Amino acid sequence: MSGFEQRAAQALHDVGLQQALRRTMDHFVNGRLRAIAALPHGEALRDHARVIRANTLARLDEHWLTFERNAQANGSRVHWARDAAEACDLVVAIARERGVRRIVKSKSMLSEEIALNKALEAGGLEVLETDLGEYIVQLSRDHPSHIVAPIVHKRLEDVAALFHEHLGTPPTADIPTLTAAARAALRRSFLQADMGITGANFAVAETGSIVLVTNEGNGRFVTTTPRIHVALVGIERVVPTLAEVGTLLQLLAASATGQPLSTYTTFITGPRRHPDEDGPEEVHIILVDNGRTQALAGDLAEILYCIRCGACLNVCPVYRNVGGHAYGAVYPGPIGIVVNPALDGLGPWHELPQASSLCGACTEACPVRIDIPRMLLRLRAASVEQGYAAGWLRWGLRLYAWAAVHPRLFRLGGWLAARAQRLLPGKRNGWNLWLPGPLAGWTATRGFPPLAGESFSARWQRRRGRRP
Amino acid sequence: MRSSASATATRPTVVQFFITCLLDHLYPDIAEACVTVLERAGVRVEVPPGQTCCGQPAFNGGFLAEARQMARHFLAVFAETTGPIVTPSGSCASMVVHHYPGLFAGEPAHQARAEAVARRIREFGQFLVEDLELRYVGGRPGRYTYHPGCHLSRELGVRGCAETLLAGIPGAELRPLPEAEACCGFGGLFAVKLPTVSAAMMQRKLENIAASGAETCVVCDASCMTHLNGGLVRQGRAPMVRHLAEILAEVGP
Repeated sequence: MSGFEQRAAQALHDVGLQQALRRTMDHFVNGRLRAIAALPHGEALRDHARVIRANTLARLDEHWLTFERNAQANGSRVHWARDAAEACDLVVAIARERGVRRIVKSKSMLSEEIALNKALEAGGLEVLETDLGEYIVQLSRDHPSHIVAPIVHKRLEDVAALFHEHLGTPPTADIPTLTAAARAALRRSFLQADMGITGANFAVAETGSIVLVTNEGNGRFVTTTPRIHVALVGIERVVPTLAEVGTLLQLLAASATGQPLSTYTTFITGPRRHPDEDGPEEVHIILVDNGRTQALAGDLAEILYCIRCGACLNVCPVYRNVGGHAYGAVYPGPIGIVVNPALDGLGPWHELPQASSLCGACTEACPVRIDIPRMLLRLRAASVEQGYAAGWLRWGLRLYAWAAVHPRLFRLGGWLAARAQRLLPGKRNGWNLWLPGPLAGWTATRGFPPLAGESFSARWQRRRGRRP
Repeated sequence: MRSSASATATRPTVVQFFITCLLDHLYPDIAEACVTVLERAGVRVEVPPGQTCCGQPAFNGGFLAEARQMARHFLAVFAETTGPIVTPSGSCASMVVHHYPGLFAGEPAHQARAEAVARRIREFGQFLVEDLELRYVGGRPGRYTYHPGCHLSRELGVRGCAETLLAGIPGAELRPLPEAEACCGFGGLFAVKLPTVSAAMMQRKLENIAASGAETCVVCDASCMTHLNGGLVRQGRAPMVRHLAEILAEVGP
């Protein structure tokens, strides 16, 4: 049993998780369908967004130099990090040099990818997540299971129990009580923090701005109250112009949460300037590669078009059944199946491409129409090439292919199998309820129909003489 | 999509039937039903000898060398024939249409043959509705629902053909299937490699089929049918998922 299969089986038996998933997934899917339909020329907008992403990535180097120049002109400091370790070291160094002790964060998948919180804590820094979902993840020492809705795996009653333990709310508290408690706890930390850390949904080259999208307003608090703001930006996040960001923002909000625009869309263009009354004294923008350049050069480059809306997770029948933790990776779902191997190489993730029925729901939902199944097939081929395929499958398919190009053998094989199936134990109305070896996976939950004694092609050949 | 005018102008009279390995060895009667319906629709059916499997199981598993081997064989069988290649599987049709040309990247001669063959492929229901412009070719009255296979509807973009033919049966009722476009959980080797996940998807589909109130769930792929009926049999229930061809062949107009 593979790691994925084991975790998936656990997930399928986890009553709380199954309830949580059933309660929320349809809400996301229907919201997206409504919001995309409500956009004027929504389908054309998706085509346009795809072109924006493709063109931008084709000239990524130029756009980043433009971004760096403009960001510096705004007074931001721009840093480059080759990998996770460099990015973490940079943040820790910035914090130490400036005597930072307390840090507040808004939600950032990139910070999960580089395991920033661990590095900060190891550096003796106190860090608090301020997105409600991420706050709950942090309180329960959990991991996000969705790239947009980190606690989609938890039910209201799970959160109420957690808050009862940590914040003293009643064990059966309702949502307003819980959010009020979180708000009160978070407010104190916002006011005490010396540094705010965010990700970035986009970085605009022509203005040197970074764009943050939230629905709770915590992103604005994190970037205005503390004296230092550090933004982590994956190098695929750049967008050349404000006009293009407009297109992507509409699609991001519609696809992620079914909104025409997220509640807070924040453009940050440098630190506080005269006569600003608030804002940080310093803005540091850390551009993180961590495998992206390599992905861009390979045949999975299209995955970098992703704007992290999570729509592919919401529609994926595998994700909808097993949730995000079964993937065992920072990025779960269809996007994760491709993006984790694209960034880290296939080695640690060679199981993931099997976690798909190739139904194509992901591509249909993707705002920039990334052909995830096609890349997934490439990964499966790479996985065979690198020797990860099971022996029974390799030999089984080799034999099958050899027979398939020798039609008489193929027919003989069918005939022999039809004879042999009579010897199998476990039958119901002619259906086989037991198959040997790896095929037992099929009969564990399904019967297998009887093979025909005479194939259709044999029948046709026998009667051909009598046909007109 | 071709315009109806051009379809009428070139109404095919002969088709090449690609049986598919599954129908050939598991369901010869459904293959027979396809021939019955096609002949009833006024086309002559030829079954090119030597045909076996399109290679999809190997391709989807990542075994490209084996897939290429089988694709070459498929081309050898079908490339020299004429007329549309009709097949009772959205998934096998999509394999030829979408993946054959890419399999022969760097082999221009094979690639050109693959592209030419891909242009001739028609899924069974698609051929009846789009090429022959039929609305009714037979079938008994009854309460039906339809599960659209993922490769037929999403990859080939063929939607509404089977529904048209079912709705065209006098006295037939076509019930909506909740979450119709959700995958049934078959997915080829996926069903064997991740049986628990596959079965969870199957269970949801079976629940939705039951909720539709239909007596029969119709599909255009024997693979989805095998998976769903297999689940029903395992649970001690009667198989009620049937291939479109069987339904249409039962009674002539």
